[in-house]
Amino acid sequence: MSDVTLTIDGVSATVPRGTTIMQAADTVGIRIPRLCYHPRLSIEGACRVCVVEVEGARNLVASCHYPAEDGMVVRTHTPEILQLRRDIVELLLDNHPEDCNTCERDGNCELQRLAYATGIRERLFAGERKHYEKDNLGPAIIRDPDKCILCGRCVRVCGEIQEVGCLGQVNRGFKTVVMPAHDAPMVETVCTGCGQCVNVCPTAAFLEKDATADLMKAIEDPEMIVVSQMAPSVRAAIGEAFGEAPGKAYEGEIYAAMRRIGVDYVFDTQFSADLTIMEEGAEFVKKLAEGGPLPNITSCCPTWVKYCETFHPNLLHLLSTAKSPMSMQGAMVKTYWAEKMGIDPSRIFSLAVMCCTCKKFEATRPELFVNGLPAVDRVLTTREFAWLLRNYGIDFTHLQPEEADNPLGESTGAGVIFGATGGVTEAALRTAYYLLFQKDLPADALNFEQVRGLKGVREATLDFEGTAVRLAVVHGLSNANEVLDRLIAGGEYHWIEVMGCPGGCVGGGGQPYAGANAVPLDECLLAQRASALYNLDAAREIRCSHHNPSIQRLYQEYLGDPLGHKAHELLHTYYYPRVPMGVRPQEAQV
Amino acid sequence: MTAQASLERLVAGAQPVVRDSTDKTQLLVGIATCALAGGADKMLAALEDAIEKAGLQDKVEVCKVGCVGRCSLEPLLEIRQPGKPPRMYVKVTPEMAEVIVRRDLTGGEPIPDWLIDKGERTEVAGPGHEADLVNKFTRDWDHLDFFRRQFRVALRNVGRIDPESLDDYLSVGGYRALAKVLDEMSPTDVIACVKSSGLRGRGGAGFPTGLKWEFTYKAQGDEKFMICNADEGDPGAFMDRSTLEGDPHTVLEAMAIAGYAVGATQGYIYVRAEYPLAVKRLEIALEAARQAGLLGSNILGSGFSFDIELRLGAGAFVCGEETALMASIEGKRGMPRPRPPFPAQRGLWGKPTCINNVETLASIPPIILQGAEWYASIGTETSKGTKVFALAGNVENTGLIEVPMGVTLREIIFDIGGGIPDGKGFKAAQTGGPSGGCLPAQYLDTPIDYESLREAGAIMGSGGLIVMDDTNCMVDIAKFFLTFTQDESCGKCTPCREGTKRMLEVMERITSGHGEERDYERLARLGKACQRAALCGLGQTAPNPVLSTIRHFRDEYDAHILEQRCPAHKCKELVRYQIITEACVGCGLCRRNCPVHCISGEPRKPHLIDQDICIRCGQCYEVCRFNAVERA
Repeated sequence: MSDVTLTIDGVSATVPRGTTIMQAADTVGIRIPRLCYHPRLSIEGACRVCVVEVEGARNLVASCHYPAEDGMVVRTHTPEILQLRRDIVELLLDNHPEDCNTCERDGNCELQRLAYATGIRERLFAGERKHYEKDNLGPAIIRDPDKCILCGRCVRVCGEIQEVGCLGQVNRGFKTVVMPAHDAPMVETVCTGCGQCVNVCPTAAFLEKDATADLMKAIEDPEMIVVSQMAPSVRAAIGEAFGEAPGKAYEGEIYAAMRRIGVDYVFDTQFSADLTIMEEGAEFVKKLAEGGPLPNITSCCPTWVKYCETFHPNLLHLLSTAKSPMSMQGAMVKTYWAEKMGIDPSRIFSLAVMCCTCKKFEATRPELFVNGLPAVDRVLTTREFAWLLRNYGIDFTHLQPEEADNPLGESTGAGVIFGATGGVTEAALRTAYYLLFQKDLPADALNFEQVRGLKGVREATLDFEGTAVRLAVVHGLSNANEVLDRLIAGGEYHWIEVMGCPGGCVGGGGQPYAGANAVPLDECLLAQRASALYNLDAAREIRCSHHNPSIQRLYQEYLGDPLGHKAHELLHTYYYPRVPMGVRPQEAQV
Repeated sequence: MTAQASLERLVAGAQPVVRDSTDKTQLLVGIATCALAGGADKMLAALEDAIEKAGLQDKVEVCKVGCVGRCSLEPLLEIRQPGKPPRMYVKVTPEMAEVIVRRDLTGGEPIPDWLIDKGERTEVAGPGHEADLVNKFTRDWDHLDFFRRQFRVALRNVGRIDPESLDDYLSVGGYRALAKVLDEMSPTDVIACVKSSGLRGRGGAGFPTGLKWEFTYKAQGDEKFMICNADEGDPGAFMDRSTLEGDPHTVLEAMAIAGYAVGATQGYIYVRAEYPLAVKRLEIALEAARQAGLLGSNILGSGFSFDIELRLGAGAFVCGEETALMASIEGKRGMPRPRPPFPAQRGLWGKPTCINNVETLASIPPIILQGAEWYASIGTETSKGTKVFALAGNVENTGLIEVPMGVTLREIIFDIGGGIPDGKGFKAAQTGGPSGGCLPAQYLDTPIDYESLREAGAIMGSGGLIVMDDTNCMVDIAKFFLTFTQDESCGKCTPCREGTKRMLEVMERITSGHGEERDYERLARLGKACQRAALCGLGQTAPNPVLSTIRHFRDEYDAHILEQRCPAHKCKELVRYQIITEACVGCGLCRRNCPVHCISGEPRKPHLIDQDICIRCGQCYEVCRFNAVERA
């Protein structure tokens, strides 16, 4: 493809044909202000903040979509454009609550940054503001239309990356609002709770449901024993919330911080990630031996589970019945550990710090309760946890690392990599091999590069001592559909790993906002977070779940065998079709 | 057999409803929406009843035709008898119909008072008045200014044929252009012909039609689409509706020609659901054309296949914008998307798509048959051909007209339109609907073409032309149009969604006496944000009514803003009615007519208006016989 050369603000830029003016400007150090644009989503052209002047063009053009042409002369900051941009952002502010000081996104809001950059100093246009009711009925996602500036990113991420299509613009003109069909509460819709809308929202129109207040209350309650767990990928991203570059893992610092805020026992979800591998690995090997039902489809991602229940109810029998690591951990805390410690489970406040918004929903699923108690009482996202540390005045990055408590804090490298797409598969393969052949993979064969990386769909056929194992690993629900379509069309797989969010849990909807110099869902960012986890794994002495001594003890002391009676009762679950509001049951493929 | 030969067979077997070659009396009754709104269906029933009672069934034929353009005079009844000049009865009630049958048809005595020309014409049109393809009205009605000054190309058949009869269309040269194209012209020939005709898009933007076809023709794609934009939405505009109701086949024929030229085999007509009659007639026409082999596979044996599907719009103004329209056809929310890529490259379902409006398409068959040079000879240097206008507002002859480009507003409003009613003065003309601008009297002699109108701060638009007399308040008018566009904004882009709302708020403040000098700056800045930065044409043109009225009627804005006064007394909150004590005789008429009972007073003593309750409806002012109510 040929190149084109254009002049932007007097600077010459040579870019491949088909490049937009905005992208071309980026290559020569000109960052045209933008808002609705997102590199991984389709072009909306809605905000009009990025308009530029093209010599000879009848009108200003939006640089986010306009292709660069040979000989084009572009000006991005004429007095007219600066004024227009200021007026456009002012118009957005005029229909926005402007409660910045009390807003969850204060200091990390794209609109705020834009208002600063465009230099709005006087307000000339203020008038009526739209008002719609806030939807905070669900356990996971809160929708606050008053803060919405209609950039449409949530609509696009939900429709394009996730193929859920829960959100859309409703009404016209000034009354336009983003909402699910029929203005249904999010919890009653097809929404999977993935939280990618929260991730890409430039303001606070989408947020996770706050759980910090409940945690603080439990901490202050002398009767309650607060027991924590944290997901693998929390450690890969939390530094970003404190201004650190992505890619650095914080593990011991989080354990220390947990204790500083008053958590009584600090465990780690990675322990039960190993436990999940024991159960799901055994389940997979059993299915292989018994000839099915195959493929085994992973079920540790709550977003994927809800998506499958809603959109592919006829595939539910393929889902692994193993609970997610978080729910296994909670179950073990309130049974095994409580018994061991002689603590009444009803006095335990089970806290989970997750990279995920949907885990909040998962924690409320009644079938995951243990003896009538929720396995996990409250889920905090990485963001909420980071806020809590600030609130408590904890200088996170300067904490001395500490160790997790035992026995539910011990983990292997297999548990660590759960946080990256492909990690579950890799961890499962390490153990499945052992279960199949009663021997470990050689130390130099523990890495399965075929399933690593950020390609949307990764398929591989492994040679397991002469047996071909066909795998598919996908992240992001649109990619899941690609593989499921193949599966439905007769494609043969033994194992499919689905993670609902781009990049897997490292790209979860509860991770820190991308910040001023990054873009949410940026592949580079996701890759850095993932590499933080792979580095932790590589540095571990024990890298296979079945070698976790605490896991081995758990089975000896309490559970018996994987897939055994007790394990089945506490570590496995079931799924059911969901019919969202607005869909008549007979239309659903139940 | 050639397509033309196949067509000749169809024409030979045609039995048109409206025809010259008959010794029967033909009664042409308009049954377009305007006529039906005027009661044409009841009149028709009474007419047929009377004919039957008079025993004239064998001598008289009632033909249902489209709208001839004199909408304010509907229901119309045109009588055509061999050897006699045609007579057009206007505003015919069921009772009148019965009288007409009795006195005119049976008694042979026309009723001049009820005729459009008061019986002025007594001769049959002589030599030199032969009807040709495009000027069927000239022959019979060239003694009326309304018809004589028109030049009907797109509307050539509207009101002259039965729109539900394919045979009628065939009898006036219908589908000849398509047959000619299929037999004698390559796609590039067709494109060259349309290009050299100078035809520009009649939907509003005025993009050269031939170029659009060429772009689509040249675009790479395994499949291409042809769309007819019939989502006419401007308030007061009804050009496309009349065309579809009066001559649906011409659009189908033109779409097939366009499809042939650009390489499309599937067409869509996107028509608003609020046009049920147009939809019905299109459905009838589509079925008839398919039956006759004029649509579908292997049209007229030529090997070319093309079919058309109807898609109904659910009533969003913005769906007239081409990319929003295509999104709507695809089943998505009707919102425009940024261009490029243009529809010619990536349109409907991502395929190259050519999209033209009804009037543009209706002009195609005559261009093919009469030649590009003929069409290019009409109009001005840059704006060729003719333009249809829906004449509305404070003008005598409201209705539908088609004039050569380059005629002046004065000719349209005063010659064709018959001037301003009730002896009032002309104040402004709004062209281009809510996206257009208001032009004052000094522009009356501006020739109507794309460039001149743009220079004057208005646009050609799709053809709405609203005339305003001197009782209108231009600030109020601008507010009205802005209310419309604000309401119809799709809500996607910031300047249109938020900017028009703020402009409207400013206008509301101004018209309620709370304007301030900085409002000029507000309106200018917001207007500019829309014009320069909005995503689509709707947003870019939305401020036009406001900006053009500020430009041309600044004094009225000054009166509102600086003196809290509405010179035309239209802005209610700036009007005050009070009773002049000296002039009031205490008759009590105002008191009895006041809808909110805010006028009090003893009989034969001066009355008083309670200003706190008064809603400024002006009833008292209207009814007072002693000029004792003062409006200020």
